[in-house]
Order: sequence, then structure tokens, then C-alpha cells
Amino acid sequence: MPMTDYETYVLKLFVTGHTPRSERAIHNLRRICERELGGRYEMVVIDILEHPQSAEDEKILATPTLIKALPLPLRRIIGDLTDKEKVLLGLDLLPVPTELLSCPAE
Amino acid sequence: MHENTEALIKMPTGIEGFDHLTMGGLPKGRTCLIAGSSGSGKTVLGMEFLYRGISRFGRKGVFVSMEERTPDIMRNVSRMGWGLHDMVARGQLRLVDAGPDPIPIEESGTYDLSGLLVRIEHAVEQSGAELLVLDSIGSLFDQFDNVAVVRREIFRIIDALRNMGITAILTAERLDEYGRISRHGVEEFVSDTVIILRNVLKEEKCRRTIQVLKMRGDTHYKGEYPFTINAPTGISILPLSARELKQSSSTTRISFGNQILDQMAGGGLFRDSIFLVSGPTGGGKTLLATTFAAEGCRRGEKVLLLAYEESHAQLLRNAQSWGLDFQKWEEDGLLRVMCQYPESMGLEDHLLLIQREIEKFRPKRLIMDSVSAMERMAHVRFFREFVIGLTSFAKQEEVCSLFTSTTPKLSGGDSVTEAHISTITDAILLLRYVEINGILRRGVAVIKMRGSQHDKQIREFTIDDQGLHIGKPFTNVQNIILGIPSATMPSEVEQLGAMFED
Repeated sequence: MPMTDYETYVLKLFVTGHTPRSERAIHNLRRICERELGGRYEMVVIDILEHPQSAEDEKILATPTLIKALPLPLRRIIGDLTDKEKVLLGLDLLPVPTELLSCPAE
Repeated sequence: MHENTEALIKMPTGIEGFDHLTMGGLPKGRTCLIAGSSGSGKTVLGMEFLYRGISRFGRKGVFVSMEERTPDIMRNVSRMGWGLHDMVARGQLRLVDAGPDPIPIEESGTYDLSGLLVRIEHAVEQSGAELLVLDSIGSLFDQFDNVAVVRREIFRIIDALRNMGITAILTAERLDEYGRISRHGVEEFVSDTVIILRNVLKEEKCRRTIQVLKMRGDTHYKGEYPFTINAPTGISILPLSARELKQSSSTTRISFGNQILDQMAGGGLFRDSIFLVSGPTGGGKTLLATTFAAEGCRRGEKVLLLAYEESHAQLLRNAQSWGLDFQKWEEDGLLRVMCQYPESMGLEDHLLLIQREIEKFRPKRLIMDSVSAMERMAHVRFFREFVIGLTSFAKQEEVCSLFTSTTPKLSGGDSVTEAHISTITDAILLLRYVEINGILRRGVAVIKMRGSQHDKQIREFTIDDQGLHIGKPFTNVQNIILGIPSATMPSEVEQLGAMFED
């Protein structure tokens, strides 16, 4: 299992206005977090139309963009988060397949 | 759908030669695509567009960097010495760092690039910019998997720029110098202006060129024009054949420095003429050039001497041996001697350097010894462009120019130089060896003198410690010019003499 069992996730979701895509991303993220993290997460939704400087500060290109600020390492996921597997992979919530962990022999 | 009925207004960029090439600059409020291979100068051109706009026209600009981090860009361009950091500090230049994210990115579901668009709009609004550079638009295809989304979003960005009235440059990379315009076909979106930069390796020399491929609804110069990048002048485009032939022909004659030569040329050289001296090695070309230079200095005219075959010390020593004190004239500021190896730089750089020197020193006489030394530098076409560029510039500045050209064979004959510049020059003087009865003598003839009569005879000339002396015409010898002098039969000479002399 992931070693992040007892850590609180800090997630920032950057969206552009109240579009269906934005709503979808918020909804999908909330559902995944509730199911996978229980209450152990903080989620901030930032509308870059209202806060363009925050898009500049975080160097956002695509929206929606989800940034996992904590626990480290930083991760970015773009899109409306409909592909749940990708979201879990991006949040380091999927056990990494063992063949990827094994180091090549020295 | 974006057609405006109002005519396009061109906005000068201030980049040397660029406004001439585009006949006025870039269309105002429109987007221009600059496509070029890696290292072709796209980023420098984009940055100079902003720098000139800010420093010369008081505009403001935004630079959106999509390939490199902005500190790297600033460091790379800092060698130009444009003080861009100060411009950033004063709020005249704004940088948007939109480079690829070092953090791994997952794509899950659909997205668009509103983040980039919002940041561009934000930067423009905050700074009040009229100019924008996006370097490079094509790198979006490398950052995002969904090509359809990227294409749609590029279109949306260009549309937004137009609505904001921004004059923008987008850059795009291309893979082949003479292949498709850009990777990913970005040019399909930017329909107004497309410019191509090239950096072609030919005969071991890199040659940069710029070509205006299209410019919506307006005229521009077509074809490739060489350019150079130097600090701090930036990009200099050499319009070469684009120069207009508008030189006013001067009727003022100046002396060659030798009375008989002046007579042979019908009374001296025209003040704005180009004079070619062709001869074999050791034939007296450098002496002629030296005589021409000395005459200028003696009359208080400034003389620029470009030497490509001899060193400064050698030139001075040679002049000394003919009793001419070049060193004193140099100290008096009348003479400027520049010695350079032809191979030290590309032809474009040589041309630029000479033009700058002429503008700075304002000489009345220019000597290039020898122009054929440049011949080995590059492709024949580029060499011709160089000569055309140089001669038209010299004429425009009313500099009387003497070029020397070394013939490949001792006996004379044509050189590539002559083939290419003889039509451009106003006067040609040939120096030839003449072998008569086993003795080598020197001959000189004027074979062309535009706008004037000239002596048709071939005269003997000699060199001693006083310089050159021109003697009597050769008689009894034929085919000197062709390099195969042969004595005519005395009887024939006698017959001819009898026919024409009284």
C-alpha cells in the first residue's frame, strides 16, 4: 500500500470560469478524494479568470490543472479528471507496479 | 472571417534592413510567423523586435517563452548588451515563462489551454503592451498529447491577439532548410505574414538568410537576403540587389596619381566610379593601388585601404620603398588601413564591416586589395552578391573605389572576379606581362571607361623606387591582352607604318 496513509493531501485545482468542464473536474476530484482519501485532504479551487496572477505564479498552461502540493513530490494532472486511473497514478495513490521499482542489475 | 476592409498599416520595427525588406515593417495589429531551423536566429529576431520597439519607438512588449526558462533566455540574449534586465525592471518588457513543466504531468480527460491564454492577456493588460513575441508556438505540440486541442488553441490565441490589437511574432521550428514551412504546419493558422530564417552551411561557411514568404495584401522584396547577428547591433539584413540604382553620376574627375594614366582614362576618374585593376601576381596592382591612395592623401582626401593579402607592416614598408609615408597619413587621420584575412569571417560580415567603416570614416577613396582574395571564400553567387552590395554602397556614398583582381595565370586571362564584376565596374585597367625577344616587360591598358573616351593603346610601364612610370605604347606586338604577345613581322610594320604615318 502507499506509504501516504496518514498524510493530509493539499490539492489545488485551477479552472477557467464556471464551464461544464470546470464543474466536471471539481466533481470528479471530490468523488475520488472522498473515496480514496476519506477526510485527509484539503482542496482549493482557483478560477484563473478571477485570479490571473495565480495562473502566472503557478505557470498554468492548460485548464483544468490539478496540482498536488502535498505530500511531496509535486504532481500535475491536467484535464477534467474523468480518467480515474490516471488521477490515482498522478496522486501517487496507485501501487507502483513492481517491475518499475526493480533496479537494473549493476 | 477576419478580413478587415481597412488597409493594413505597416509598423516599422527598427531592425536594420528589415523594414526595407518588408517595405515598411510588420502589419500593425497582426501576427507574423517566423519559421526557422534550430539556431537560425528566431529568438534573437523576436527579442530584437521587442528591444527596438521599446528603445526606439517607446512601445511596450511581452515575451512569452515556451521553450526555455526566462532566466536562460535573458542570459543568452544578454551578450547583445541591450539592457533587457533594465527594461524588465522599468516595466517596459514583460516576460511570461511558459516553458515545459519540469514536474511530470498526467493527462486525464479533456482540457484546453486557457491557462496560457489568460496569462498572455493578463501580461498584455498589466503592461499595456502593443508588441508580443511567442517563442515558439510549435513547442506546444511537444508539451501536450492532444494535437487537435493544441491546433484549436493556437487558433484561439492568434484570434485573441488580433482582438487586442497586438502586433505579434510567433516563431516555429522547421526541420529542413528547404522543406515544409514549419513542423506541425503552424503556418496554416497565421495567414498574414510568414518569414523564413535559414542558416545554411555551404562551402564550410554558415550563411544566414531571411526570406519574406508572404505578406498579406502587400508588396515586399522576394528571395533570400543574407543577414548577420552581432552584438550590440543585433540583426543586420543586407538588402543587396534591393538597393536602388539611383546613384547620381558625378562628372567631377579625380586624379589617379599619375598624369599619363589620367590621360589614358580621358582626364581622370569620375568621383563616384568603381575602378577595377586586373593583373597577374607581381604585375604592379598593389603599386597602382598605393599610388591611387597616396594621391588622395596628398590632396587631403580620406582614404580607406582594405588589404586582404598583405599585413599592415608590409603595406607600410612597400609604400616607404616608393617614398610614400603612409604612417604619417595614418597619424593625420587621412588614411585608414584595415588588414584582414578573408577567411576571418563570412562575406556578409565583411560587407557589413566595410559598410560600417565607410559610414564611420567617410572616405573619398576606397581601395580593396584584392577583391579576388574574397573569391575563394564562398560560392560564386554569394561572391557576386557581395560585390554588388559593396559597389552599390560605395556608389551611394560617392566613394571612388579601386578594386584589384589577380588573374589566375601570369600571362593574364579571365578570373572569376572579372567575369562577375566587370559589368558592375565603370572602368577597367589591365596589367599584363609582355615578353618581347626574351625580355619580360609590363604593359598597361584601359579597356573600359564608362561615360568617357579613353586611350586605346597598350603602354609599357616600369616600376622603380620612385613608383610607376608609364611609357610609350607598344608597337610591333600583338595579342597582349589575350596573354599571347607576338611580334609582328618588321616588313608588315613597315608597311603599316608607311600607310598611316603621313
